[in-house]
Amino acid sequence: MNFSSFADFIAMGNHGVYVWTSYGISLAVLILNVVLPVLARRRYLQDEARRLRREESK
Amino acid sequence: MNWTWFHKLGSPKWFYEISGRWLPWLAWAAVLLVSVGVIWGLAFAPEDYQQGNSFRIIYIHVPAAFLAQSIYVMLALAGVVGLVWKMKLADVALQQAAPIGAWMTFIALLTGAVWGKPTWGAWWVWDARLTSMLILLFLYFGIIALGQAISNRDSASKACAVLAIVGVVNIPIIKYSVEWWNTLHQPATFKVTEKPAMPVEMWLPLLVMVIGFYCFFTVVLLMRMRLEVLRRESRASWVKNEVKALVGNNS
Repeated sequence: MNFSSFADFIAMGNHGVYVWTSYGISLAVLILNVVLPVLARRRYLQDEARRLRREESK
Repeated sequence: MNWTWFHKLGSPKWFYEISGRWLPWLAWAAVLLVSVGVIWGLAFAPEDYQQGNSFRIIYIHVPAAFLAQSIYVMLALAGVVGLVWKMKLADVALQQAAPIGAWMTFIALLTGAVWGKPTWGAWWVWDARLTSMLILLFLYFGIIALGQAISNRDSASKACAVLAIVGVVNIPIIKYSVEWWNTLHQPATFKVTEKPAMPVEMWLPLLVMVIGFYCFFTVVLLMRMRLEVLRRESRASWVKNEVKALVGNNS
């Protein structure tokens, strides 16, 4: 461990703002890149299943 | 060399099945590597003797910048494969990788700006490395816009492939910008031929992060490509069966 206390770890030797902003925004972007395709897939599958059911019942 | 795998790639069904098998493993690898890399880089790596703790931004900046460039090279290769062998899957890969590449370029530029403030005293400078990365971002935007603007799928894929191949000129410019011009940006962290300029406790977590980011990219790319394959092949009977099997379970 490079830091002596948790407060030290958060402060990052006066660079806390920069380090945590970078990590925070990057993490948000990574999560967005996973969540959006998952949601798109779910929505598509539901729409497509509905379309197939309509087609079959005709 | 046995080329059957290459021909099989022309079959969307084969791709869909094999990628479904790989996806969970890659996802676990990505989560594990990125978590280990983040904790190691943030808490355990020693601080830089000049930059202090702000240097820890390197653990996302460098992997994102690597990916941003690798993805672009991948787009150009997919473009060549699509133009030469008329492989439909190459166009799917090109279209689906472009937004991920744009996001990675965004992360590299943003973390670079946030890192630049305490290190150089400026968020942005018109330095050769920064400017060429900004051009990369615009190339990604161009490919995404072109792919969406042309409604004919074949024309769109050809236009995007050509733009991807032409734009690849920018990649060596980004790579050598720190050597060709007097830049504020520091030189390459990893070189194939030399030992890294940092101690091992600093670059080992970086290596873990780089591999983790590549796994992450592969996972997101496969997820996006699988959805696009379902969309484009929606008339095929295997896709109809797949949709019914997936939705039938929870509705």
